[in-house]
Amino acid sequence: MLQATEEKASGRRALLVSAIYGVWGLVAAALGAPAAVYLLFPPRTKKVEEWIEAGRADSLRLRVPEELVFRRNRVDGWKVTSDKTSAWVVKMAPGHVVAFAPQCTHLGCAYHWDEQKQQFLCPCHTSTFSLDGSVTSGPAPRALDRFESRIADGKILIGAVRRSGHA
Amino acid sequence: MPEMKRRIGDWLEHRTGIETAVRNFLYEEIPASSGWHQVFGSIALFLFLVQAFTGILLAFNYAPTPGEAYNSLKYIVTELTGGVMVRGLHHWGASMMIVVVVLHMAQVFLYGAYKKPREATWGVGVVLLLLTLAYGLTGYLLPWDNRAYWGTVVATEIAAKAPLVGPYLQRLTASENGIGVVTFARFYALHVLLLPPATMILIAIHVYLVRKHGVAPAPDEKAPRKRFFPEQVFRDTMAIFCAFVILFALAVAVRVPLGRLADPTDSSFVPRPDWYFLFLFQILKFFDGPLEVFGSVVLPAVAVLLLFLVPFLDRTPAVRVTRRTFAMSVVGVGALGWAGLTVAAIATTPKQVEVAEAGGPQDWQQLSPEELAGIGYFRRENCASCHSLAGGGSSIGPNLTATSIRKSAAWMIEHFKNPAHLVPGTSMPPIQLNDSQLNALAAFLLKLNPSNAAALQSAPEVVVDGAMIYQSRRCGACHQINGVGMKLGPPLDGLGKRRTREWVIEHFLDPQKLSPGTIMPPYRFNNREMDHITSYLMMLK
Ligand code: FES
Repeated sequence: MLQATEEKASGRRALLVSAIYGVWGLVAAALGAPAAVYLLFPPRTKKVEEWIEAGRADSLRLRVPEELVFRRNRVDGWKVTSDKTSAWVVKMAPGHVVAFAPQCTHLGCAYHWDEQKQQFLCPCHTSTFSLDGSVTSGPAPRALDRFESRIADGKILIGAVRRSGHA
Repeated sequence: MPEMKRRIGDWLEHRTGIETAVRNFLYEEIPASSGWHQVFGSIALFLFLVQAFTGILLAFNYAPTPGEAYNSLKYIVTELTGGVMVRGLHHWGASMMIVVVVLHMAQVFLYGAYKKPREATWGVGVVLLLLTLAYGLTGYLLPWDNRAYWGTVVATEIAAKAPLVGPYLQRLTASENGIGVVTFARFYALHVLLLPPATMILIAIHVYLVRKHGVAPAPDEKAPRKRFFPEQVFRDTMAIFCAFVILFALAVAVRVPLGRLADPTDSSFVPRPDWYFLFLFQILKFFDGPLEVFGSVVLPAVAVLLLFLVPFLDRTPAVRVTRRTFAMSVVGVGALGWAGLTVAAIATTPKQVEVAEAGGPQDWQQLSPEELAGIGYFRRENCASCHSLAGGGSSIGPNLTATSIRKSAAWMIEHFKNPAHLVPGTSMPPIQLNDSQLNALAAFLLKLNPSNAAALQSAPEVVVDGAMIYQSRRCGACHQINGVGMKLGPPLDGLGKRRTREWVIEHFLDPQKLSPGTIMPPYRFNNREMDHITSYLMMLK
């Protein structure tokens, strides 16, 4: 008799305890999920894909890289800022240019064109890249990233940056 | 595995005593009469934690200065996934917190649980109530929309009228010369730096005192005491869960408004405080002139004082809740009075006048040359990169079809020259145009409404440029278009039906040749100008 009530009591107790855990688990999930989404999902802003004029094509010499500076709009949270950006632009053939993003693919240092050695040199960990952007030495894991680029009316237009895949 | 668990547990217990602490906490003995009526304190504590959590999340994407505040909050609710949810939880959590804190107080009051030796517990509780209201007051400003701005203007004006301390309060809130960046900074600092630690310390004291004196038993209680865990913990948990479900549903289903950017010159805005302050707002209406401070400061102060004094005024021995008829009538009258005042305040709130869809011009051909030229300056200054016109453009600044109808030309021109002067905190840069160009821009914006924005925006570039030339050459000093301009020369409406394009061009070059005796001087336009102004004139109806 006494044993039966005791058993009943401990059964009830177990039920209460699991209800407590269950409810708190649910509440934590209902608060945690929106928080995770809020912090981890990228903002919904549509990318501003625009073509920016960086200079005139006829001012470039064939196969001599030149660093062109231009302004581009960048969406920064709730603001749109106009940032100074540069690109290393090479005229590969008349009417055809290639524009490299100005950061080394190793750890993001700014590289420059080494006139004597005819290569791009990154001063940070001495990665070098050839004229077409491929890695010739050093720790850089892949070729230089490129901007989309084209020539229209003799103007060099720079578009979005595309991550390079190969070395 | 269980062996491992036990060893880790033992190690922790030996080093920190955590197990004993939790055990003491959970196995505290409470009166047998404890039950569902005592869950409100736990709900209030839970809601406080939700507010802290969501508040921190909001702060991760929020810039606490006027203007920026508005833009960043807008970013949170429009750009970020889950942003509406986080803001909704914080907003409705604040309201629920007030409801629950008041219910908690009402329960303690009805049961007489403040009686000796629990006077201090009650007193700390009253301070916590005031802190909760202070969160509401300071948090109200932080979205920096019209509601926030005007609500705070009224609140600080009331504070300024307080006898003796008024001027000091005004100095402390930096509101002598209106609400601006300094007031904003102080409200923000109060809201996130001062109030939270103060609340945490007071909650700790409050809970400590509850533990010290134990939960108040029923007056004639004989039954053996029971333990807090699991039965009462279960009740608290279930009650918290119900509250949370309501909060979650509100956050999902009820959109929290974000009005227009705070605009100190918007005379059409009717400021209203948040719902829980509406009764105070309504009381103010009963006190006029010199009596006003009585309603705004003295009465609330007396009410708070009375709250503090409750345990000292009522020193009768404890009786069962069902026999506390006086306490019940106090709560009843209080609730009725509050509800009546709140309903009255809501009933007398005029509906925010929505801008009527003004008729206005339906297409660009009905615009005067000046207004048409305004479109040109609107385009040239890239206004649409921040201001949307009927869906187009971005949304950094307000949609001009909705706001410009409320403004005068003078306001706009002043605003163009020095945006931050009339709209503090705006990120709009000053517009570099001369006065007549600004006039044109304002004239165009005044004609803008939601139904014609798209049609006006579609005015061809050539025509707009033509109108700008027309303006800069002051053709309107002699000619009339759409009823605007002088009548020294012939009106130009419908010119295309009367003359050919070639005739008009030739007439510009040598008026005397085609209209002998005219006082119109010859105009030497360059090719582009000639093409554009002629195209404009030929397209006039
Ligand atoms: S960053 Fe360029 S080599 Fe390391």
